[in-house]
Amino acid sequence: MSRQILRIGFMPIADAAILLVAARKGFDAQAGLTLSPVRETSWANIRDRLAVGQFDAAHLLAPMPVASALGLMPLQVPLIAPMALGLGGNAITVSRALWGEMTVALPGLAAGDPVAAGAALRQVVARRRRAGRLAPAFAVVHAFSAHNYELRYWLAASGLAPDAEVPISIISPPYMPAALENGGIDGFCVGEPWNTLAAAGGGGVVILRKADIWRASPEKVLGFRRDWAEAHQEQVTGLITALLAAADWCAEPGNRAELAALLAAPDALGVPVESLAPVLDHGLTFAGNAATFPWISHARWFGGQMRRWGQTTAGPEALEAAARVYRPDLYRAAATLLGRNVPAVDEQPGTGGAPCLVPGTLAPLRLEPSRFFDQDAGTGLPHF
Amino acid sequence: MTQARFNIVVIDQDPVRAALIREGLADAGHTQVSVIGEVHGLARRIEALAPDIIIIDLANPNRDLVEHLFQISRMVDKPVAMFVDRSEGGMLEAAIEAGVSAYVVDGLRRERVAGILDMAMARFKAYADLRRQLKETRDALEDRKKIDRAKAILMKSRGIDEDAAYRLIRSQAMRTGQRMGEIARMLIMAEPILRDPPEGET
Repeated sequence: MSRQILRIGFMPIADAAILLVAARKGFDAQAGLTLSPVRETSWANIRDRLAVGQFDAAHLLAPMPVASALGLMPLQVPLIAPMALGLGGNAITVSRALWGEMTVALPGLAAGDPVAAGAALRQVVARRRRAGRLAPAFAVVHAFSAHNYELRYWLAASGLAPDAEVPISIISPPYMPAALENGGIDGFCVGEPWNTLAAAGGGGVVILRKADIWRASPEKVLGFRRDWAEAHQEQVTGLITALLAAADWCAEPGNRAELAALLAAPDALGVPVESLAPVLDHGLTFAGNAATFPWISHARWFGGQMRRWGQTTAGPEALEAAARVYRPDLYRAAATLLGRNVPAVDEQPGTGGAPCLVPGTLAPLRLEPSRFFDQDAGTGLPHF
Repeated sequence: MTQARFNIVVIDQDPVRAALIREGLADAGHTQVSVIGEVHGLARRIEALAPDIIIIDLANPNRDLVEHLFQISRMVDKPVAMFVDRSEGGMLEAAIEAGVSAYVVDGLRRERVAGILDMAMARFKAYADLRRQLKETRDALEDRKKIDRAKAILMKSRGIDEDAAYRLIRSQAMRTGQRMGEIARMLIMAEPILRDPPEGET
């Protein structure tokens, strides 16, 4: 039997790991597939090539399928997301100059403290305004990215108005470090290793990791064109099983060095191997904690953020329909074939500050807390 | 022929191709054309130029930014759309194939601007063909040089004549499904091992 070749578009970011490992370590063949990953230069290209069938599947920003369902993209492509590609993986980096201003505003400020960093930034914005200077400018990789919503969430929770007080522009990930260094921007939120590379180059300081803002948060998903997925159910299931096996491999500490080398390669991310250490050591969760489960509650949160930030005026019903592009049913079907215990519910409960149990397909599953940094313990629900 | 005068921005990091597009636009009577080759500072330039039409190459990392600017402009006053969408059978495929994308301010009648994308696609494609031919010519030349060197290595190490050396490389290429140039490259790379005695034996 000849294997079905699936072409998969990806962007050079560490969270493409599961896709690349599935292709390079033979997990695709075990599922009767051959994956052919193709690196792209923009999310728009990935979307277009999915639309015309040049890609069968893709590494997508987690909010993209929701945005597409809400008609917010220049090209309307009905997409589905039957799997997440891990939790965490991005970070907020500021220029040395801005970090200097922040530490003057709040002596003793250290990285990893979202409340203190927010307070310091608010003071910097106020001081600059009094001095008649421009506010610090930030960049994210895409308007419909988890980065954008997390940065905005942190700014707003810190008493700063995104856009009005802190401008946010769009820059492609590989160009972020240079933009920070040449002063085009003062900070950014991007997937790794681009934060670490900016810090290694001396131009930036990584101040917050994604988990500092939202403890267990999604970043990228596996995306298909909806009609293609409906016509190729076997391949969709096969690909999910291959990616589940690849995710386990990525999560295995003994594979760290090989994973870093594989990601650093010129045909993958094309970055120095040491730049991947921080994200692989404590940035990305590939397996455990339902790390690849496509929670409807995540899709709903993204839709809510689109409305919050004026990207859409869609009402509750349209937002709910858009959230249904996440397809936990397809994930569950594939996981069941492998005899795995995965969430039997589609919504992640607001877990506050403590671990919780959710019903699983075989047995109850323990989930780590998935709270936002400004939430009081036990009041998780409004945020989902 | 009367032509509407559009304010057009061409975003392309390849100056030669950008010049070809500009020339094509000028031929069609469009003289209000700005070319942006820089990756940095694009947002400010686009905002200042306020174009009716944007033509961008698909390898450009700024494509997501361009779409974002349209997202903003849509919220302000000028809605902007992607020039081709899936409803126009085959057009999106053709544009991707050519390596170009275009955006247009909504309200401009599509048939009035259709010629612009057709021209851009044709020129992108012609340029890509030219580049490919040039590369093929260069590669062939490189291969020939490598094969000559590899032949010399084989002639010396195996004591065979040029024809036999050539046949050896060719049969190995056929057996492994690689180009002769590739086989020659590997031979050249391996040559020092064949020549130098292993360490410790001198």
